[in-house]
Amino acid sequence: MDRVLNFLASPAMKIVLLAAGILFPLVASSEYQIYVMALAFIWAIAVYGLNIITGYCGQLNLAHGGFFAIGAYAVGLLTVDYGWAFWPAFIAAGVIGAVLGFLVGIVSLRLKEHYFAIFTLCVGFIIYLLIEKWEELTHGTLGVISIAPPEGFGLVDFTETIPFYYLVLFFLVLAIWLISRISRSLVGRTFLAIRISDDLAQSLGINLMRNKVLAFVLSTTYAGLAGALLAGVVRFIGPDLAEITHTFDVITYLLVGGIGTLMGPLVGTLLITWITQAVQSFEEYRMIVFGPLLVVLVIFMPRGIVGTFLTWRGRRLASKAPAKQSASRVENKNSEEAGTHG
Amino acid sequence: MLKLENVDARYEGFKALDGVSMNVEAGELVVLLGANGAGKSTLFNTISGLLKASAGRISLNGEDVTGKKPSALVQAGVVQCPEGRKLFPEMSVLKNLMLGGYVHRRDRAGMKKTLDHVLEMFPILNDKKDDAAGSLSGGQQQMVAIGRALMGRPKLLMLDEPSLGLAPLVVKQVFEAVQSINREGTTVLLAEQNAFAALKIATRAYVIENGRLVMEGDREAMLGNEAVRKAYIGA
Repeated sequence: MDRVLNFLASPAMKIVLLAAGILFPLVASSEYQIYVMALAFIWAIAVYGLNIITGYCGQLNLAHGGFFAIGAYAVGLLTVDYGWAFWPAFIAAGVIGAVLGFLVGIVSLRLKEHYFAIFTLCVGFIIYLLIEKWEELTHGTLGVISIAPPEGFGLVDFTETIPFYYLVLFFLVLAIWLISRISRSLVGRTFLAIRISDDLAQSLGINLMRNKVLAFVLSTTYAGLAGALLAGVVRFIGPDLAEITHTFDVITYLLVGGIGTLMGPLVGTLLITWITQAVQSFEEYRMIVFGPLLVVLVIFMPRGIVGTFLTWRGRRLASKAPAKQSASRVENKNSEEAGTHG
Repeated sequence: MLKLENVDARYEGFKALDGVSMNVEAGELVVLLGANGAGKSTLFNTISGLLKASAGRISLNGEDVTGKKPSALVQAGVVQCPEGRKLFPEMSVLKNLMLGGYVHRRDRAGMKKTLDHVLEMFPILNDKKDDAAGSLSGGQQQMVAIGRALMGRPKLLMLDEPSLGLAPLVVKQVFEAVQSINREGTTVLLAEQNAFAALKIATRAYVIENGRLVMEGDREAMLGNEAVRKAYIGA
């Protein structure tokens, strides 16, 4: 039992996950499944972005779906209306996400807690309105059609599902790697300090505003790039992409997987995506199943699947170890998961 | 070193500091005595910039620092060790300490030196440096909190009730540590309810009541003062 637990939390597990990701197209029963998985990976990248500002830094951002849509529209409009190729537009989507994130951040992050959440809720809605009403720029409710796909190289053609799947997998791994680097660095601990207490962080000499804005910009950049990838695969986007429901979807993935944990965003996104697929025949009624499940989860597992697992494992190790000292030490060896992402 | 002139501060609408004037000279260990809610923490938070003074002037070595950001004050050498320890319980002791050196993060060699010094001062922390801070005893946690503040290389160290919730023997150890920090040249401002223990190591003391400084004197005068004895020492 303990061996299984240790394995699940070990670095080897990450290699197993990566291998599973690489092998998935070989075992998938249809191209549709691969497509669904690629979309799930794209959303997971967005969830990783939200995890930086909301999970690590503790600021509930309700405009995340809006920034995702901005990334998608950046690629859509630049390739369709301005004739850009996908890759320059993709980079531009990241830059636009970062710049808008900076501008929104320096205003909204002056507010704390609920007020910040409400402000970003309004920002998200304003983004939606702008996309829907500003027809000259965004084509309004017509949406953007025939967006350029990512240009391939050599024999690789990203308009095909399997190459695109690997492209998205590459970005997902990159996204997770970067986050794991950040969360282990002083910057990551700075975000964590801010989440625990604004005042405490300040008494350590941490510049609150600068670090919150940094976390926010990182998160909106992730959202922008994820949106850009989505535009590259679905190649048709409409203003509904900026609707608040997408923000709530992303928050749900994060809560279910485990807020503030490294693997939580991936676990939550994949789990819900596949459950949604399984109960697709219920259509809108599936929320009748999801709603109560989510309530139960938040009450009994506030740290989500990954967070609950890590806490449980930590306790188990602590109770098993012979001396108290070595117990807390073992726990600390895993602080990369249990602590820093705690 | 630190000078407050007629400082007022509001906290959630009411006046929590009323015309506070005080003076801390370099090398002193000044004690701030007061009951719960007298305004000790408010005064500390105002000095460290977490709260804005609504009137008056705060200066550090002659330079006006009123309204400066907390991070700027930490840079300038004013470091607060907050009440109730407030560690990062899931982080290791070492990581807690390193966060205290945040403003010196680019000076790795200097941080290492300060860290060695802190671990020398509190040898128990060296043994427990890889343990989660939350697993330590109350006294050890207080040492981490003080050590974390020292990592910021304070010129003026503000300690907010370090004896809170600690056993008498541990309080003694903590105060001995505070005294040795002071003797090594760090100016200390110490807020306490435990007047007797605090006054024993103090150079001077102020008494705060309802947001006003009502009394000031050196150690002997305070220990001998009837009102202070009655209110804070209970003898």
